[in-house]
Amino acid sequence: MSAPSSFSRARQHWLWRVLAESGQAKAGLVVLGIFVLLALVAPWIEPYDIHQQVGPVYASPSLHHPLGLDDGGIDMVSLLIQGGRISLIVGFAASLVAMVVGGGIGIVSGYYGGWLDTVLMRITDYFLVIPDLPLAIVVAAVWGPSLTHLILVIALLLWTTTARVIRAQTKSVRERAFVHRVRSLGASDLRIIARHVLPQIAPLLIANTVLTIAVAIFDETALAFLGLGAPNSVTWGTIIEFAFLRTAISSGAWWAVIPAGLCVALVIMGCFWLGQAIEDALNPRLKVSYLSPRSFRVIRLRNQDTQSTPDTQSTPDTQSTREVEQP
Amino acid sequence: MPRLRFVLRRLAFAIATVFVAITLNFFLFRVLPGDAVRNLARVPHASPGLQHALAREFGLDKPMWEQYLIYLRELAHGNLGVSFTTRQPVSGDLRQALLNTLPMVSLGTIFAILIGTVTGVVSAWRRGTVLDRVSTNLAIAFYSFPTQWLALVLLIYLSNWLPSHGMTNDFLVDPSFWQHELDVLRHMLLPSLTLGLTLYGEYTLIVRSAMLETLGEDYILTARAKGLRQRQVILRHALRNAMLPTITLIALSLGYIVAGAILIETVFSWPGIGSAVYEAVTKRDYPMLQGAFLVLTVSVVFFNFVADLLYARLDPRITE
Repeated sequence: MSAPSSFSRARQHWLWRVLAESGQAKAGLVVLGIFVLLALVAPWIEPYDIHQQVGPVYASPSLHHPLGLDDGGIDMVSLLIQGGRISLIVGFAASLVAMVVGGGIGIVSGYYGGWLDTVLMRITDYFLVIPDLPLAIVVAAVWGPSLTHLILVIALLLWTTTARVIRAQTKSVRERAFVHRVRSLGASDLRIIARHVLPQIAPLLIANTVLTIAVAIFDETALAFLGLGAPNSVTWGTIIEFAFLRTAISSGAWWAVIPAGLCVALVIMGCFWLGQAIEDALNPRLKVSYLSPRSFRVIRLRNQDTQSTPDTQSTPDTQSTREVEQP
Repeated sequence: MPRLRFVLRRLAFAIATVFVAITLNFFLFRVLPGDAVRNLARVPHASPGLQHALAREFGLDKPMWEQYLIYLRELAHGNLGVSFTTRQPVSGDLRQALLNTLPMVSLGTIFAILIGTVTGVVSAWRRGTVLDRVSTNLAIAFYSFPTQWLALVLLIYLSNWLPSHGMTNDFLVDPSFWQHELDVLRHMLLPSLTLGLTLYGEYTLIVRSAMLETLGEDYILTARAKGLRQRQVILRHALRNAMLPTITLIALSLGYIVAGAILIETVFSWPGIGSAVYEAVTKRDYPMLQGAFLVLTVSVVFFNFVADLLYARLDPRITE
C-alpha cells in the first residue's frame, strides 16, 4: 500500500511496539510461526511417506515412530506435519476470503451509510443469528465435498463478525476531522477510503483476521469430523475423524487422537494470543486504568500518552462482537 | 411505551430471521445440487421417462416460485417431509430428538455457567496474579480444544467409570421411574461435562472482562469508600452489573452450543438432534437434514429473542 510515508512509518512503529511490548503477542507469533514453517518445509522434513504402511496397525510410540502409527500403519508424525499443511491452508484461505468480503462490506456499509448500510447490516444480522455449524453442514452436504468448497463454506460463516466490527470502526473514522478536511479538499470517496480510512482500520482488520484463522481451523476440524472435509486429503480434522471412525478409542491408541487435537489447540491459542494483544492495544480502555481489586486503588497500568494508537474509540459493537466470535 | 416498542422490534426481527432461514432452507436444497431429479434417480441409465415421472411426482416440474409456495404451505401444516432412510415423517423424529437433546444441553450449559462465572470472578478479583494467569490460560486452552476431540479424550480416560454410549442402559430390566431417570442422568454426565468444558472458557473470559470493566466504575469506588467489605463489593456491586453483558453473550453463543451438541452427540451416540444431523449427513438424507436445520435455527432465534427480553428487563436502559 502506498500510504504517505510518515503515516505508514508511524503505524509500523506502532504495530512493532505491540509485538515488542506484549509477551502474549510474542508467544502467539512464535507458535504460529513454528507451525507455518513446518507446513512450508513439510515435504523435506517428513520422516516417512504418508501413503505407505511402515509398521503394524496402531503400533504404539517407539523410537522410530515417536507418536506411533495410525489405523493404516502410517507414521503419525508425518501425518501431523502433512495434515497441518492443509489445515493451515484452509484456515488462512478462508480467513482471507472472509477478510476481503467482510472488510469490504463493513467499509462500504460504514462509509456510505444510508439505505445501503441498512440493507447490508440487515443481511449481516440474519447471518449472525443463524447457527454457524448447521448452516455450514447443510451447504457442505448439498454442495458436495472439495477443498475449494470447504474454504468458501467456512468463509461464509466468518465474514459477518468482520463486517460488523469494521463497519463500526469505519463509521467513527469517517467523522474524524482529517477525513472531513480531505473531503473538502476534493478527494474522491475511493481515494478517501483507500488512503485515509483503510490505513486507520487496518490494525483492527488484521487483529480480526488473525482471530478468524482460529475459528476457520476449528470449523475445518468440525466439518471434517462429520465427513464433510476435503476428500482424499489429510488434515488435523480428518486425523481426528479417522481415529473416531476406526476404533482408535477402544484400541487405546491415544496417540492417534491426542496430538492432532493439541496441534489444533496450539494454533488456535496462538491466533488468540496474537489477535487479542493487537485488539487490547487498540482498545486500551480496559488497560488504562482500573480499580485494582486487591489494593482497591486506581492504577495506571500503562502510560496513557505513550499509547498513540491510531484508533482508540471503543464502540459497544467492537466490544461485544469480539467476545462472541470465538468458537 | 419504549419497552413495548423494543419488544415488538425484536419480535419482528426474530420472525424475519426465521423467514430468512426458511427461504435459505428451501433454496439451498434446490439450487445448489443442480438437478434434484438426477440425484434421486441415480439409477444407471435412468430413462428420460422415469426422470420425468419422478419430476412430476415430486412437483419439480413446477416453476420455482410455485414450489416455494407449496413448501411454505406444507411447513405451515407442520409437514417437514418424509425421511429417506426411516420412511417416517421428519417432524416426529425430530420432536423426539429435540426432547432428548434439551436436558443434555441444559445440564452442559449450567456446568459452563457455573465454572465460567466462578473462574471469571476469581480471575478479575486477583487480576495480574499467577492464579489469574493460570485460570485465564486454562480457559483459553479449553476454548481452543476442538469439541469432538475433547469428547474423545474424555472418552478414553473416563469411560471406565461413566457410561459412554447412548442414553439408557438396554440391560436394565423393568426399571422403576427413578431407576430410569438415574440411568439417563448417568449417561448424560459425560456428554454434558464435555459441553460444559468446551463452553466454560468463553464465559470465563467474558465474565472476567465484564468484571474488570465494572470494577473501574465510580460506584465501586463509592461502595469501597463506604467501608464495605471486599466480598460485598465484589459479589453485590460488581458481579451483579457484570452479569448483564454476560447474559446477552451467553445467549449469543447459543449457536455454538448447538454446534457443540452436534459434535458431542455424534461421539457419545446421544440420540438427539445432533445425532440426527450426523446420520442425515452420512446417509445423505436431505429431508431430515433440512428439517433439523430448520429446528436448530428456529430454536436459536427463539432463545435469542428470550435473551433480548430478559436483558431488557434486567437493564431498562437499553430499551431507550
